[in-house]
Amino acid sequence: MTSGLSPVRRVLSNGAVVTLQETAFSPAVTINAVFRAGTLYEPDDLPGLAWLCARVIDRGTAGRTADDIAELLDDRGVTLRIATNRHVITMSCTCLTEDFPDMLALTADVARAPVFPEGEIEKRRAETVTSIRQDQDNPAIRAGEALQELLYTSSHPYGRPPKGTLSAVERITREDLLAFHARRFAPGTLSLAVVGDVAATTALDRIENVFGDWSLPPPPDREVPGVAPVSARRRVDIPMPGKSQSDIAYGFTTITRLHPDYYSYWVMNNILGQFGLGGRLAENIRERQGMAYYAFSAFDPSLGPGPLVVRAGVDPRNVERAIAAIDAEVGALGTDGPTDRELLETRQFLIGSIARMLETNQSIAMFLQTSEFFGLGLDYDRRLPEILESITIEDVRRAARAVLHPERAAVAVAGPALTGAE
Amino acid sequence: MAVSESLAVRHALRSAHLDNGLKVLIQEVHTAPLVSVWCWYRVGSGDERAGYTGVSHWVEHMNFKGTTNIPRDEMKGIVERFGGTWNGYTWVDQTTYLETAGTHALDTLLFIEAERMANGLYDPAECESERTVIISELQGGENDPDQLLDTEVTATAFRSHPYGHPTIGWIDDLRRMTRDDLYGHYRRQYVPDNATLVVVGDVEADEVLRRVETHFEKISGSAPVRQRPAEPLQIGERRVALEREGTTAYLKFAWHAPAVTDPDFFPMLVLDAALTGAKGTNLWSSFRGYPPQRKARLYTSLVERGLASSVSGSLIATRDPFLYSVSLTAMDGVTLASLEAAALDVIEGVRAQGLSDEEVARAKRQLRARLVFETDSVTNIAHQLGFFETVAGPGFFDTIRPAVDAVTAAQVFDVAKRRLAREVRIVGWFQPTGRPS
Repeated sequence: MTSGLSPVRRVLSNGAVVTLQETAFSPAVTINAVFRAGTLYEPDDLPGLAWLCARVIDRGTAGRTADDIAELLDDRGVTLRIATNRHVITMSCTCLTEDFPDMLALTADVARAPVFPEGEIEKRRAETVTSIRQDQDNPAIRAGEALQELLYTSSHPYGRPPKGTLSAVERITREDLLAFHARRFAPGTLSLAVVGDVAATTALDRIENVFGDWSLPPPPDREVPGVAPVSARRRVDIPMPGKSQSDIAYGFTTITRLHPDYYSYWVMNNILGQFGLGGRLAENIRERQGMAYYAFSAFDPSLGPGPLVVRAGVDPRNVERAIAAIDAEVGALGTDGPTDRELLETRQFLIGSIARMLETNQSIAMFLQTSEFFGLGLDYDRRLPEILESITIEDVRRAARAVLHPERAAVAVAGPALTGAE
Repeated sequence: MAVSESLAVRHALRSAHLDNGLKVLIQEVHTAPLVSVWCWYRVGSGDERAGYTGVSHWVEHMNFKGTTNIPRDEMKGIVERFGGTWNGYTWVDQTTYLETAGTHALDTLLFIEAERMANGLYDPAECESERTVIISELQGGENDPDQLLDTEVTATAFRSHPYGHPTIGWIDDLRRMTRDDLYGHYRRQYVPDNATLVVVGDVEADEVLRRVETHFEKISGSAPVRQRPAEPLQIGERRVALEREGTTAYLKFAWHAPAVTDPDFFPMLVLDAALTGAKGTNLWSSFRGYPPQRKARLYTSLVERGLASSVSGSLIATRDPFLYSVSLTAMDGVTLASLEAAALDVIEGVRAQGLSDEEVARAKRQLRARLVFETDSVTNIAHQLGFFETVAGPGFFDTIRPAVDAVTAAQVFDVAKRRLAREVRIVGWFQPTGRPS
């Protein structure tokens, strides 16, 4: 990849988008099929429907039993990973080159003709219930989910945990799953990336064979609901007796991925909580104060305004001190912006990282899918250095000023002691 | 060999020793303008004495805190400037440091590793500050019931060999150790003839070797002889039961495992693949966590029957005999006693009858595929070269693929009979006492 990616993009006659990139690192191919079928598209009264759909979708099709699929995968040493997020369900699989035709055909079959057998639904439902209960015992997850709810409310698709609620998961029927599949899985919601040791023309022929005759009208899309602006600080404490450490989640809602200030926010977040061990946050909380093994921030915009979230795990006695340190760093960057050196180093890092980020078949596939999802173009990897180079200190200051206000932060803490009692 | 199956590797592995004993491995891979540098030390928590547990891991942390020629403040950003990433880890047999960055960073990366070997500062205030960071790391791990159980099961398995304590150390040792304990450990272990430097990427081997000599040739010192007490043979089942707040019950089995160089190791790896799905051999690879397992014995018998929501197996290549473990999450409403009985039923079935030829063939195919998937980047190739050099010895990495190919169903049956016996197993329960709202 010394001179960047050279992807081939085709739109099949049924509307499915296909992006292909041949690579020569190992005799393997990554298949990555993205469907616009994330939690955004669930009925509001059935949170967890998309998640359960993803758990059962590959457990039997019109032409294959669950056991047939298990055998196909296990005989080749392959897994079909099916992940659900706010907007999409992603099926991904890395296989040996010789297994590519079989795995592509399986991916198409699973996407097009799942039958959701009752017995499989019950097994995967029970696993999901156990998994939700495990999450309830995990301070990091509890704090993160509580923050999402503070930021977005539980009536917003970004405010709900992707696995849904126990009561909703218990209620989901086979008809619900079939209806969700029928509504959201169609050529018009599919973006397929194939990256690896296969020529684009060969891959394209095979893709035509398994997806070409799939014809359905494109489903209507759903807009992400808006988020009401807040002016007050909010906080929730979740007591979890028996735990050793408290988890802090602290954040704001921000902008969409396509907002013109996206790159300024990206650079700003890198300076705040990513660069090196975790930017200014780790420098203060971990390096200077020795309070936490991890302290960082994450910026996650999408079609809707995504969150900027600060995370730290600390001794329960240090919760207030850690929150004060987060307030101080967030406030300082918001008020004063970055230094010239920070901006220079962060830009160098982000630009220099591109080659490393495009090294493996999986990471290339994810990059191509993100470019497709947000319409960034086939030359995005080549344009990105210039875009980042153009971000000025004033751009980053503006982004920081717009969002980094401690007095408007939402804060969630999960851990052994009620921190308010100190 | 997995690396030679890589389409990108068209050059022979270059292997050299400097006069001071430093082992150097260089692999040219010219698909991306990247280089990965790893420096491996033959020291880990398995080399620690009672009272000093966790010293290797703490020393690893201190080795990111500045050197004579890279002051603390300049450490930050030195790799990032080249778009690079850096990290390190400590485990029972090894401590390792890595950077992967644009090729033009090579000289800087070698400089960093030479500084790390010879010129660590160990500023007393930094040592103190890191003490609480590591205690925070330990307490974060304790929040996870499965990890808590793993620590208890491992400690129960070993009476003499230092593999019994967690790599992060026991909390009382972390509270007590001093800066001089850390610095003493660093000076004894961080010497050229206790290290292997691995360079993989878009580089030219002769040129790399010249630069390595420039940076490292003046460093001297000899490694201490590795002394580890043997573990006495276990003669009866051991059990440990945790009862704590939680929502979910966990069950863990462990058996004393073969060392990586033991002829039983690869039959055992195939056995694990047949029981829980093949993970491959790369501790660093993201592939490790997602094995193909839908046809695996313990998956079909426990997960598909609704007794467990997940099963995973772990057999890691180690210098001395460590543990083979199987971890289960009980399905909500299923008792640990019934889950244990069902799991042991499967184990005893394999011990009585072995595996079918089909199961063995599938397990081997899975492992072969994993060997390809787990060497998909310069970083992962460098990890595998350095890991097996450090843990198993020179040239071992090349023998993995043929060793997997050579495993027979009879060998797998034999290791199952001997190594999964009741009297050599440890059983751990995590029983939740309450359900937080």
